[in-house]
Parts: sequence; C-alpha cells; structure tokens
Amino acid sequence: MERAFRHFQEELDQLKDRLLAMGGLAEERVREAVRGLMDRDHAALDAVLRGDEPINDLHMEVDDRCFKLLALHQPMAADLRVIVAAVKINTDLERVGDLAVNIGEAGKRYLQHPPVKPLIDIPRMGELAQKMLRDALDAFVRRDMALAEAVLAADDTLDGLKTQIFRELLTYMLQAPDTIEPSLDLILISRHLERIGDHATNVAEDVIFILSAKDVRHHQADSGRDDR
Amino acid sequence: MTGASKPVPASLAGIASRPGQSAGALDKPVKIAVEHLNFYYGPKRALDGINIEIRANLVTAFIGPSGCGKSTFLRTLNRMNDIIPATRVEGTVQIDGQSIYDAKVDVVQLRRKVGMVFQKSNPFPKSIFENVAYGLRINGLAKSKAEMSERVEESLRQAAIWDEVKDRLQESALALSGGQQQRLCIARALAIKPEILLMDEPASALDPIATQRIEELIYDLKKTYTIVIVTHNMQQAARVSDFTAFFWLGKLIEFDRTDRMFTAPAEKLTEDYVTGRCG
Repeated sequence: MERAFRHFQEELDQLKDRLLAMGGLAEERVREAVRGLMDRDHAALDAVLRGDEPINDLHMEVDDRCFKLLALHQPMAADLRVIVAAVKINTDLERVGDLAVNIGEAGKRYLQHPPVKPLIDIPRMGELAQKMLRDALDAFVRRDMALAEAVLAADDTLDGLKTQIFRELLTYMLQAPDTIEPSLDLILISRHLERIGDHATNVAEDVIFILSAKDVRHHQADSGRDDR
Repeated sequence: MTGASKPVPASLAGIASRPGQSAGALDKPVKIAVEHLNFYYGPKRALDGINIEIRANLVTAFIGPSGCGKSTFLRTLNRMNDIIPATRVEGTVQIDGQSIYDAKVDVVQLRRKVGMVFQKSNPFPKSIFENVAYGLRINGLAKSKAEMSERVEESLRQAAIWDEVKDRLQESALALSGGQQQRLCIARALAIKPEILLMDEPASALDPIATQRIEELIYDLKKTYTIVIVTHNMQQAARVSDFTAFFWLGKLIEFDRTDRMFTAPAEKLTEDYVTGRCG
C-alpha cells in the first residue's frame, strides 16, 4: 500500500517522539551521574537517585502505546518491525535509567573516601556511552544504517576502557588496601557505563533490524530472519 | 455464554480516562441513549434488553457474528426497521434527550438528522452532481443554484471525493468505481447535514485501498458527526472506532473503549470472539 493509514502514521510518529524523549532523559541522567562523581557534587547524585520516575512513567506509556498499536492496527512488515523494536528499545532505555541510578549510588559511596586517583577514563567512558546512546536513537529517527553500525563499532572502545580501568585500579588496590573499597566502586561505575554501551548497542541492532530486516545480534550479521 | 448473563453497564461513567487513543472521550456528551431495548421480528426476539450510551463526535463500532442483532440495532437508531412488517420495539431510544419512538416524532425529520450509509453503494442512476443535490432539492435546503453548487461541493469535499469528480460532475454516478460510489453515497448523506451517521458495513464490498480511504474518511468525519458503524471486520472496528460494542445472540455483551475491547476485554465471550475462538 502506498501510504499507511494516516491515523496509524500519526500514532507511530508519537511513539517515536516518546522514545526519543525517554532517550533524552536517560542520557541526561547518565551525564548528571558522571558529572556528580567528577565534581564531587552530592546534591547532583541525590537528584539522580530520586529522579527515575519520569523514565519509569515513559517506560509504561511506551509499552502501552506499542501494545495498542499492535492490537488495533495489526501492523505488517516495516511497521511491525518498528513496533516490536520499539518495545525492546523501551526496555533498554529504562535499564539505562536504572544504571544511572546505580552509578549515582556507587558515586555517593565513592565520595565518602578521599579520591583514589584523578578520574580520566571514567568521564571518557561516560561521554562515549552517552554518544552511543544518542547516535543509536538518531539512527532510529533518521533511519541511518551507517550510524547504527558505528554504534556497534564504538562498543569495543568502551569495553577496552573498562578493562583498562580495572587493570589500573588493580595496581592501586594491591599497593594500598585502604583504596580497595573506593576502587571497587569505580570498577562498578565503569561496569555500569559499559552496560549502558551494551544497551545502546542493542538499540542500534534493533535499528538495523528495522531498516534491513537482518538480525545482527550475536554476530549473525549475514543471516536474515527469513533464512533467505 | 458465561459473559452474556452479566449486566452490561449502560453508562461509561465508571471508565477512567487513560492516555492513548480515546483520551478525553468521556468528556463528550451522550448523543444517543438506549434503555431496555427489545426488538421483535414477529414472535422472534432479535434484540434483548439493550442498554447503551453513544457519545457525540466519536466513532462507535458494533461487532459480532452474523445474526447477532448488530444491524437490527443500528436500524432502530433511525427507525429504518419501521418499514419491515410485523416488527415491534420495546424500550426507549433517545437522541439528544428526545425519544425517537414517540408518536409525535416526524420520521422524515429524524432520518434527516440520522443519516445512513449502506453496505452496497446505491447511487441513483443520475449524474454525480444530482446524486448529492437530490436530498437538498427535495428538502428545499438550497435557495439558489449557487448555494446548491456550494453545498454539493462542500459535501463532496467532506467525503474526500471532490478531487476525483470535480471535472466530471455531470457524468453518471454509475460510471464511478465501487469505492468512489460509496464515498459519493457518504457525500449524499452528508449534504443534508445530519448529526449522526449510521454506517452498515460501509467497506465490506471494497478492495483494501478503497477500504482504507473510507476508514480515513470515517476518522476525519467524527470531528463533525457522531458515527456508528456496523462491521463484520473486527480489525476495521479496531482501527477506526473509539468505542466498541460486542453483540451476541441479540444481547449486548460488552461495551467499552476500543483499545480495551481489543487488549483486555472484561467478558470471556468478548475475548473468545476477538481472538477468533468463537463466532
């Protein structure tokens, strides 16, 4: 059919808008959590811990919208892929919100101790994770395959940074046992940031599925769902 | 028949508003209020104790298997059943608070207010223009030729067919495609400015593209009209309506917001019907 039912198209556009709003909130909360840690800003971290509700509300709303669109419009092909992907992206974004809270909690614990070391790679990880999330959602909105693929590639860099942070902190912990507790929190934070990158990667994989109907999860880049 | 024995709420007052398809629907005034309606074809009871409130400027869909009474019920709303011999109505149907079965009701006036579109498009064997102008002419609703042309164009535009016929208004309506004929019939119904539009399977004889045009039209028309549509096609009800009523063996089993009827109906029988397990 050359054009979708206009009303359905409007609802689909609203769904995308809500997902974007949710992505914007999730990104902002990651930024605030990392900034609170860097600036030793307790109030900022408290705000991150308290402020999960708008994302949770959007999580429920987006699911509800997807549920109704599936039930009322029986979408097919590309439309079906968008809605199924939206359900999954929704879960990923909600988890990013939760991980921002986890970073806030670990950050608060970390701030109870003197700094273990100047933080260099953690903010780099924070920026990269946010960029991956932003790019994955931009790829979703702009239907940009190349950008989605770039997000997948960036995940290796993020994983590398996490490994580097772990190795570096290991040397601190071996030298000075009183740094073990704050170091473990930094390792946890790097782990949370790495997980945020994984969620951004999931979103990018869903975008590739929407655009090409190819399932690239678990390195199945060459296989389509239809086994053609 | 587990669900059929339970009472169906006549009013939707208990239904809270949620974001989504029909948000704000309950702010709309009640346009049609039906209480304890029974309908008989001779000795056979075709409708059994129907209670329902239909709200203005929304699309209400009636669904149910063949013979469940949905078309019969639709026709009680503008007294189209009056023309069938040996039929009988009990209970009340009020439109804007006025009982339409009162002895003093002018049925012609009623049907002017409550227009109808049928399953099979039924244009008159006249020109496209005359099909729409006819109702205006016999009702004396256009005072001049210019006003007549204006009203015909307005109706054809509202029915989303103007662009396709504006250069051939004097051609026979019978030369139009099925989908165009149906939209012409909708234009004809709209010309006399009804407040309520009853549609009995308006798209069941049309191909998917023509069906989609009718559905989009229905969606647009609800801004101006109260629309009640009978459809065999559950997916169509899901797509176009705000509220859905499910009929079974002459009873109204469930009436609720369409999104709920198709995602979480309260009655087991509705669930079985919309999932294709019965009917």
